[in-house]
Amino acid sequence: MAQLTANQEPKTTHGGGESVNPPGGSTLVRLAGIGILLLGVVAAFLYLGGWFSPRKLTPGRFVDEFQRVNGTYSGFRRNHAKGVCVRGFFDSNGQGTPLSKAVVFRSGRVPVIGRFSIGGGDPYAGDALSDVRGLGLQFSLSDGEQWRTAMVNLPVFPFKDAQAFYDNLVASQPDPTTHQPDPTKGAAFLASHPETARALGIIKSHAPSSGFDNSTFYGLNAFRFTNADGTTIPVRWSLVPVRPYEAASATEAGQDKNFLFDGLIASILQHPLQWHLILTVGQPGDPTNDATIPWPEGRETVDVGTLTLDSVESEETSPARDINFDPLVLPVGIAPSDDPLLSARSAIYSQSFTRRAGEKKLPSAIAPAEVQK
Amino acid sequence: MSANMTTERTQFNGLMRVLHWLMAAMVLTMLGIGVAMVASLGDYHTLVSIHRPLGIAILILVVIRLVTRLSSTLPAFPPTMSQQERLAAHASEMLLYTLLFVEPLVGWGMLSAARFPIVLFGSVHLFPILPHSVMVYAFLREAHTILAYLFFLTFIAHFGAILFHTLIVRDGMLGRMVPWRVRAR
Repeated sequence: MAQLTANQEPKTTHGGGESVNPPGGSTLVRLAGIGILLLGVVAAFLYLGGWFSPRKLTPGRFVDEFQRVNGTYSGFRRNHAKGVCVRGFFDSNGQGTPLSKAVVFRSGRVPVIGRFSIGGGDPYAGDALSDVRGLGLQFSLSDGEQWRTAMVNLPVFPFKDAQAFYDNLVASQPDPTTHQPDPTKGAAFLASHPETARALGIIKSHAPSSGFDNSTFYGLNAFRFTNADGTTIPVRWSLVPVRPYEAASATEAGQDKNFLFDGLIASILQHPLQWHLILTVGQPGDPTNDATIPWPEGRETVDVGTLTLDSVESEETSPARDINFDPLVLPVGIAPSDDPLLSARSAIYSQSFTRRAGEKKLPSAIAPAEVQK
Repeated sequence: MSANMTTERTQFNGLMRVLHWLMAAMVLTMLGIGVAMVASLGDYHTLVSIHRPLGIAILILVVIRLVTRLSSTLPAFPPTMSQQERLAAHASEMLLYTLLFVEPLVGWGMLSAARFPIVLFGSVHLFPILPHSVMVYAFLREAHTILAYLFFLTFIAHFGAILFHTLIVRDGMLGRMVPWRVRAR
C-alpha cells in the first residue's frame, strides 16, 4: 500500500514523467474499478477454496465426522486405527503382463510392506469377528515406482460414494444421553440407500473366516489396466488365501481382546502366510463406478502371482505406520476407473495422514513385546 | 545502472517478459488448484496430479528466470515512483522470487518426508530431498499452506500496484513488462 500513499502527491514530487490526471470523477471511478477487480480475484480464490459453501462435504469435514463418532486418538489413523505391520514379497508369475504393462506383473520378486487392521477409529478397541478386516500393501517396484492398495475382507463396499459413507457415519453417531446410535436413523439411512441394503445382504452371505490368515481381501474399486499394446480393460483384484477357509467358531470369539491380531502373529511366526493375487477382468457393461455392485459370476480371472508375508512387527517399530495406503498410488499400467470413491478415498486418507503425522504417537495396542511372544 | 542514456532499457528483456506472463498464469493456476483440491473429494486426484508436476515446472522456470535476471540489464523505475515506493516494489519483488523458489521446494520436501512418490509424468518421478519423517512432513505441510496464502496476498498487492500505476498514475509502468515491444519514450 506504499504506492497509495506515495502517489497522493504525484504532481509535486517529480517532473519529467507523463502528466498525472488531477483527482476527479474519472479517477474515482477507476479507483473503484481497481478495488472491485481486486475484490473479485479474492472472492474467486475463496470460492475455489469452498469458503462460500460451508455445507459442502470436504475431506476435512469427513474426517471431523470420523473423530466425532470414534473420538480422537493422537497419532493414529482416523479409521482402521488398530493394526499391526508385516513385511514380505510378491512373486509375479508373469501372467498379468497381457493385461497390464505395470512392472509389478513382470516375472520376478518385489518387496512388500503392509499393515493388517480392523475398521473403526479406536486403536484400543477389542477385536470382534464382525469387524471389517483391512490389509494395506505397498509394493516397491524395481523401477522406483510404487503400488499401494488398501483392501478389506468385504466382497463389495457398502457405500457408493463418500457422501453416502458420511451420511451413514452421521446416522451412526452415538446419542449423547444413551451413548448408543439411534436405530431409527440407521433404518432411515438404509431406506434411502437401497444400494447399501443390497451390499449388506451380499456381505452377510460371506461369513467371516476364523482369522486374518485365511481371509480373502478385496480391492473393491475397479481400475483400468493398460497393456503394452495400449489396450485398456476394467479390472478388480482380490487376494485369496492359500490357507483354506475356516469358519469362525463361536468359542474362539471373545476369548481375548486382541484375538484376531494375536492369531495373525502366532500364525505368521509359525510359517509365512500366502495369498494369490487374482485379477478379475470386467466385460463391457460391468459397472466400474459403483463398488457396491459385484460383477456377474463367471468373469475371467487370472492368478498373477503369490504374496508372501513372512514377518510381523508392531506399528511402533515399523515404517508401515507412517505409510498412507492411498489407493491412487499406482504404477504405469494401472489407472483409476470412473469410480468417484477412488478420488474421495485418496483425499480423505491424505487428510487423516496429515492430521496424525504431526501428533504425538501413542503406544499401539499391539505392542512390540506382543509380536515376539 | 551504468548504461548511458541512449541505450537505457525501457523494458525487461524478451525472455524475462515471456517468463513473467507464463509463470503468472502458472502460479495463479497453482494457487487456484491448491486451494480447491484440499476442499475437494471427487476432483482431488485430478487436481493433485496437475499440481505436483506444475509446481516442479515453476521451480525449473524460476531458476532460468533468476539467472536471466542477474545477467541482464533491468529497465529503470518510472520517475513517478518515490523512494519509498521503489523500496516497496523491490521488497515485494524479492518476496515473490523467494516464494517462487521456496513454495515448490517445501512441496517437494514435504512429499519427500512423507515418502510419497512425486510422479512427474508416466513412470518418471522425483527423488526425495529429505529423510523419512512424518513430523517433518506435518510441519512442511502447514508451511505450504501458509506460504500459499502469503503468495496470494503478495500477488494481490503486486496486481493492485500495477493497476494503480496503469489506470491512475498512468506512467506507462506496465510497458516495462508487456510481451510486445514498446519504444522508448
